[in-house]
Amino acid sequence: MSDSQGPIWEVFVQKKAGQPFVHCGSLHAFDKEMALQNARDLYTRRNEGMSLWVVLSSAIVSSSPEDMGPFFEPANDKVYRHPTFYQIPDAIGHM
Amino acid sequence: MNKELFKYTLRLADNALVLGQRLSEWTGHGPFLEEDLALTNIALDTFGTATSLLEYASRVEGADRNEDSLAYFRNEREFYNTLLVEQANGDYAKTIVRQVLVDAFNVLLYTELSKSKDETLSGIAQKAIKEVTYHYRHTSSWVIRFGDGTEESNKKAQEALNELWRFTGELFEMDEVEEELIKKGIAVDLKALQPKWEKQIDELLKKAILKKPENSFMQTGGKKGIHTEHLGFLLAEMQTLPRMLPNAKW
Amino acid sequence: MENKNFEDIFEAKMAKNEIIEPKDWMPDNYRKHLIRQISQHAHSEIVGMLPEGNWITRAPSLRSKLVLLAKVQDEGGHGLYLYTAAETLGTDRDELLNALHTGKAKYSSIFNYPTLTWADIGAIGWLVDGAAIMNQVMLQRTSYGPYARAMVRICKEESFHQRQGYEIMCHLSFGTSEQKEMAQDALNRWWYPTLMMFGPPDAESPNSENAIKWRIKRESNDQLRQRFVNQTMEQVDYLGLTVPDKNLKYNETKKAYDFSEPNWAEFKNVISGNGPCNKERLAARNEAHKKGEWVRAAAAAYAKKNKDAVAA
Repeated sequence: MSDSQGPIWEVFVQKKAGQPFVHCGSLHAFDKEMALQNARDLYTRRNEGMSLWVVLSSAIVSSSPEDMGPFFEPANDKVYRHPTFYQIPDAIGHM
Repeated sequence: MNKELFKYTLRLADNALVLGQRLSEWTGHGPFLEEDLALTNIALDTFGTATSLLEYASRVEGADRNEDSLAYFRNEREFYNTLLVEQANGDYAKTIVRQVLVDAFNVLLYTELSKSKDETLSGIAQKAIKEVTYHYRHTSSWVIRFGDGTEESNKKAQEALNELWRFTGELFEMDEVEEELIKKGIAVDLKALQPKWEKQIDELLKKAILKKPENSFMQTGGKKGIHTEHLGFLLAEMQTLPRMLPNAKW
Repeated sequence: MENKNFEDIFEAKMAKNEIIEPKDWMPDNYRKHLIRQISQHAHSEIVGMLPEGNWITRAPSLRSKLVLLAKVQDEGGHGLYLYTAAETLGTDRDELLNALHTGKAKYSSIFNYPTLTWADIGAIGWLVDGAAIMNQVMLQRTSYGPYARAMVRICKEESFHQRQGYEIMCHLSFGTSEQKEMAQDALNRWWYPTLMMFGPPDAESPNSENAIKWRIKRESNDQLRQRFVNQTMEQVDYLGLTVPDKNLKYNETKKAYDFSEPNWAEFKNVISGNGPCNKERLAARNEAHKKGEWVRAAAAAYAKKNKDAVAA
């Protein structure tokens, strides 16, 4: 593929310190510094964030739709992972 | 009216206005989308600074001209920008090299101007420092990519540098306007900036594998309103509508 | 698993209003339709930068210059969001741009009309962006995830565009007699091309049926056109301008405006390359791309030479 636009990068923005980085979109850039600058110029034009991650799209490993069953359904019946599974005497109140 | 302050502010303002006008010519025509947006951001910052400065100039003048009348109803000989910023865009190398020379200068200028005893100028400078620091980061990384990119890009960047170098001396020129205001702690001593600017540009050119041009004969005149032929066309285009309908409000 | 099974899953998702993501199985014609629609949309944004860009250097005040610059920049951003959304479907930007540059791909017919006066910048913001946003708002709930997400972002950013245009129209309509004349002239020239933006009448629109089933489109061309006319007339009246259509009047029984159809023969011609500015628009895009070639090559060469510039 003769891509003359550079590879694709994924951009993650942190809105405020303490908050998670959230994926906000993609862009093309030829190197890291350019990816970071492009992310700034493209995805934070309206005060959307104060910190940025950029990562080569090709470096991301993702699950497939076929993984959906084996990956995520086994968690459905693990009710003991949730606080409501346990009974605490009323006298104790909130715990 | 403080004549020196008015002229000094106009010089700062016109540099920003004319450069912004040049940069905005690229919008929609950039080398690829991301860079089109990036350069437009620089243009927006630059026009923003120009607007603040012209607005201040109009207050200093205290006549019935506002920032728009100063931008749209002054003639070529009443513009006091340096010759460098009015030079035509040329190819992308020329635009970027012109910009990096100005950005490096602006970082130093606004850092000093932020200490000015004139509170308005100091305030405008404090806001501008952050912007031009980013501009320099952007344009200097492009200069390095061009210099250390392909043979063709190196050649184009070198040619741009050779062509524009003769306009860099004027950036540091001073006359009685500056001298008067330096005494009052208002203006920046440009001569003091020159060694720092040269050092920074030297380091950048080294990283970019570009050769610093021999000190060519430096062109001058812009700060006194004597320009290259480029400015007239730029102003004709920019000012056409308000001059066509001088009584209209926009 | 067989395709049949996949198709059932896909259809079931459609029926339940669920969202399709890039790695999900999707029918070929769904993928093709999306690539075509999203890239046409992206091309429209990019080509759309040109007619408005014409006036950046001639904007009549510092404020209007800043606003127009920011608006045209947004359009570039929107094109970019859309190209990356299309790229999740297995195409790449180069390929899409190539289709645009060679004239194979289509883009909104409206951008093949010239911007002759400053009032055209007002009319584009008010009418063209106003028409575009009706489509865009509905596409925020489209069935393809990356497209829907791009549209959410675009709609958020787009919200100032129409107001910017109407503000210009207000200044002109309540300004000097020359300004008012300019405003009326712009409305005269942009009215019918704007109505064309919603596409051909439903009866002649070949792509509509699937598009609505797949939630790539949610209302028909004619429905949107009618809604646009209804909501625009109050704004026209406020400006004291006149729509260039003698048949335009409010119909009490249908509680909506009657209006003349645009000239569909002209529409077909503009779409197929014979509009007033098709050649200029394509030439401008081609020129920018070509002039940028050595820049992109330099950046690629630099990245290749300096490995640590790309990888950690």
